[in-house]
Amino acid sequence: MQPLIHPVDSLRCGVIVFPGSNCDHDVYHVLKHDLKQNVSFIWHKEKSAGNVDLVIIPGGFSYGDALRSGAIARFSPIMKDIVRFAKAGGLVLGICNGFQVLCESGLLPGALMRNRSLRFVCKNVSIRTETQSSPFTCELQKGSILTIPIAHGEGNYIASGETLNMLESEDRVVFRYCEPDGEITDASNPNGSANNIAGILNAGRNVLGMMPHPERCSDILLGGEDGSGIFNSVFSHARRAVPA
Amino acid sequence: MDNRSLDPFGKKKISIRKLMEVVTQKEEPDVNLELALDHGLTEDEYGRILDELGRIPSYVELGIYSVMWSEHCSYKNSIALLKKLPRDGDAILVAAGEENAGLVDIGDGLAVVFKIESHNHPSAVEPYEGAATGVGGIQRDIFTMGARPICSLNSLRFGSLDNARVRFLFDGVVRGIGDYGNSFGVPTVGGEIYFDEVYEGNPLVNAMSVGLVNIGETASAVAEGVGNPVYIVGSSTGRDGIHGATFASEEITEESEAKRPSVQVGDPFTEKLLLEATLEVIKSGVVVGIQDMGAAGLTCSSCEMSAKGKAGMKIHADLVPAREEGMTPYELMLSESQERMLIVCASGQEETLEAIFEKWDLHAVQIGEVTDTGRVEILWHGETVADVPSNHLVLGGGAPVYYRDTKRPAYLEETRSFSIYDLPDLEITEVEEALLLVLKSPNIASKRWVFEQYDTTVRTNTVLGPGESDAAVLRIKGTGRGLAVATDCNARYVYLNPRKGARIAVAEAARNVVCSGAEPMAVTNCLNFGNPYKPEMYWVFKEAVEGMGEACKALGTPVTGGNVSFYNENPNGAIFPTPTIGMLGLVENIERHTTRSSFQNVGDHILLLSPAGWTSRNDLGGSEYLHKKFGKTAGDAPHFLLHEEVAVQKACLRLIRAGLVESAHDVSDGGLVVSLAEAAMGMGAMISLRRDEGIRVDALLFGEAQSRIVISVKAENVGEIQENLDQFSVQVSRLGEVSNGQFLINIDGRSAVDLSVSEMKHDYDHAISSWMN
Repeated sequence: MQPLIHPVDSLRCGVIVFPGSNCDHDVYHVLKHDLKQNVSFIWHKEKSAGNVDLVIIPGGFSYGDALRSGAIARFSPIMKDIVRFAKAGGLVLGICNGFQVLCESGLLPGALMRNRSLRFVCKNVSIRTETQSSPFTCELQKGSILTIPIAHGEGNYIASGETLNMLESEDRVVFRYCEPDGEITDASNPNGSANNIAGILNAGRNVLGMMPHPERCSDILLGGEDGSGIFNSVFSHARRAVPA
Repeated sequence: MDNRSLDPFGKKKISIRKLMEVVTQKEEPDVNLELALDHGLTEDEYGRILDELGRIPSYVELGIYSVMWSEHCSYKNSIALLKKLPRDGDAILVAAGEENAGLVDIGDGLAVVFKIESHNHPSAVEPYEGAATGVGGIQRDIFTMGARPICSLNSLRFGSLDNARVRFLFDGVVRGIGDYGNSFGVPTVGGEIYFDEVYEGNPLVNAMSVGLVNIGETASAVAEGVGNPVYIVGSSTGRDGIHGATFASEEITEESEAKRPSVQVGDPFTEKLLLEATLEVIKSGVVVGIQDMGAAGLTCSSCEMSAKGKAGMKIHADLVPAREEGMTPYELMLSESQERMLIVCASGQEETLEAIFEKWDLHAVQIGEVTDTGRVEILWHGETVADVPSNHLVLGGGAPVYYRDTKRPAYLEETRSFSIYDLPDLEITEVEEALLLVLKSPNIASKRWVFEQYDTTVRTNTVLGPGESDAAVLRIKGTGRGLAVATDCNARYVYLNPRKGARIAVAEAARNVVCSGAEPMAVTNCLNFGNPYKPEMYWVFKEAVEGMGEACKALGTPVTGGNVSFYNENPNGAIFPTPTIGMLGLVENIERHTTRSSFQNVGDHILLLSPAGWTSRNDLGGSEYLHKKFGKTAGDAPHFLLHEEVAVQKACLRLIRAGLVESAHDVSDGGLVVSLAEAAMGMGAMISLRRDEGIRVDALLFGEAQSRIVISVKAENVGEIQENLDQFSVQVSRLGEVSNGQFLINIDGRSAVDLSVSEMKHDYDHAISSWMN
């Protein structure tokens, strides 16, 4: 795969590692080897994320999902700085457990409950891109459908009616589970999420939490590369934001 | 009265309840023969202990001997036969038995560590934790060698799904495997599941793990260097799993419920931390030796590491971090608490080791040191409570080795007397119904309900996961190559003909790997059998082990290790003998050779690759059809010859590597028609079959004769196929072509099957979930 931007002006990406993170290496691999970015791990006991453009909170089972998924990770030392970073407009992408951590830490509204099947589910699903207006989807077409893996036991997004209305009216629902042709149906909702929500933005649109795993489908050898559209959007956004 | 003398097999029955009463009482009991018998030792074995020690063993020593000489740890009834299995090969860096798992050179400076192990007995009484800790245990075998686990597989057997208890066990086992593996962060990429009444009450849960390591960076399970500190790391030690190894070495009875405390409780989060810390500490260079604590916990690791290093060890049991107050040295030494390791650290490097475990919030406590006495000494607040010669305790040292009596079992006369001609043949008009019946058998049907509960794609190496190919295929990042892995055993065949059945198990596992585009390299096995003290059972075991060895030799796949699980019996009888094979294969070119099992393009030709001169046989022995339609497990295992198998596999791999094969799926359970239906599940197919003179319709379609592979090929490549096969003793015949939407079969020009793919797929997809949801 061709990198979108030359390594010299590559993005500085930090991947947070909590005890129990297990998709940290996967995100690292995609960013470094497939997309040729500048990427480093950030240990959760650090107090500062350092000089980075993009923070990724990867999937996994931080602290073994003890209490609730993400509930303990939000108290890790690094999270104070991530909250500061996000509030200052820094780009934060939470994937799967990362989405759960973002909700627990208050950077995103709502919560993720156990799947309505009460079982872990791992499979490819279809998601529809609901907005192009975000750093994470600016290179995707609104309405475009991505085939992307999910792998979670607690991905059932819930929020108050008021919050859901706000998310919808402010165009902050980024992805929705759908049929392969894009139709939003209950049958295509793999976990019972309200409004088929698969990913949402914060009010500043610089923080995205999503349950599906773009890092698992950014290489055709693994069966698909729809995930790279999300990463490439971020790089494209960053390049526009900071002219070389 | 003592009923031991009444046991016709000479094996004393262990009274579980009695043993647990003894173990949990406050005062240490007096050691005598009776207590030794209660611990599962024989009178003769107790005598050998007295001779070696020259005195009566202490209570702790008796506990140590009982677990070290249990079947589970000592392999006393199997090792003599296992030693005859082929274990050498050019790529084998560490042979079977030398370390926790075998080590296979795959080039590029990399080696694969892989092993399969049973957790049957724990899963029978506590399916969730039993299966979970089975997964955890096998992972530790891999990463204790310095390898990072890259995938897991499993092999499961349950009773019939119409039994509520079976569904409870099945559900618990699947959840246990899923929750542990998903959290640990290693994908579960493949496996096999069979359902048969014989496994009711005694399910089989075999877990396999595969890891990667740079050659030269492996760690060894050895204690060396007098004065080097010995550390216990990971979880603290509780009372769980005490006498688990003893439990695994007996038949399941009504009393087994009382053994629930023998089932360990797993914590995948701690295991994940232990994995990262272990790999980091091995990489730091301060580790002299390391062994995981599985069966028999601290006892087994300290004894085996000492014996391997021809050294001794002094252990202060009172320093072991305990989970509960008031634990005795006996309990601490025998606990099977999970997620622990024993490490011998290089003297002077203690701070490095401790800092790494501190980083991962894990215990690392020095509990002893290496000595040159050749003895394991256990101290309790300065007082010696055990002092035993390590070599006398271990397999390959002083542990007993038995050659058991064998006797051909009488049931074979009955099963062999089956004749296909006693059954009515299928009318052409009945074929469709029979096909749907077999497709919805849980043995054949889609296992989607199971594998969607497993994380199959974490670590981003899974190129083909469950249900996509006959074997799972993983890339090896940075090499352009890949691994193919499969588990396999049709235990019906082994029951009907132990030697041939075991050969087939090896052959089919290798065939699966070949169909996915890989060259078979090496084998790990998990031998699940009944009570070895029954001569009929031992005959079956011996035949199966020898058959397995013959097949491994013929296919060039040495055995790198594995596990034996005896006593798989319950009050209703023994399970089918089930020697599960875990096969490792190497994909030379991951982008070009990886091959799916399903048809890919409309219009492709469908061919059957078979041994030269192959003709249909009236052979339904051991078939799924015979079981499903007539409720019979009878006849001989299906037709199989090793040299035919070798030729077909080599030919298939040649065609794949030449880029001529669009899909490959072997003919196995369910026969030719099921293989075709499975391959057509995505698209469709038009098939024309001819019956040779005297061949029955049922045998033609559902007979499970081995060494056949259904391949699909682009029309323009058909000519080149033949050119590539000249040097192999095989033949190809055209069966039909890939179509869209319908699955059609004509037999001698008459329509036998005319189904829409969606119709056919419905039952196949929902057979298991309809029981479980």
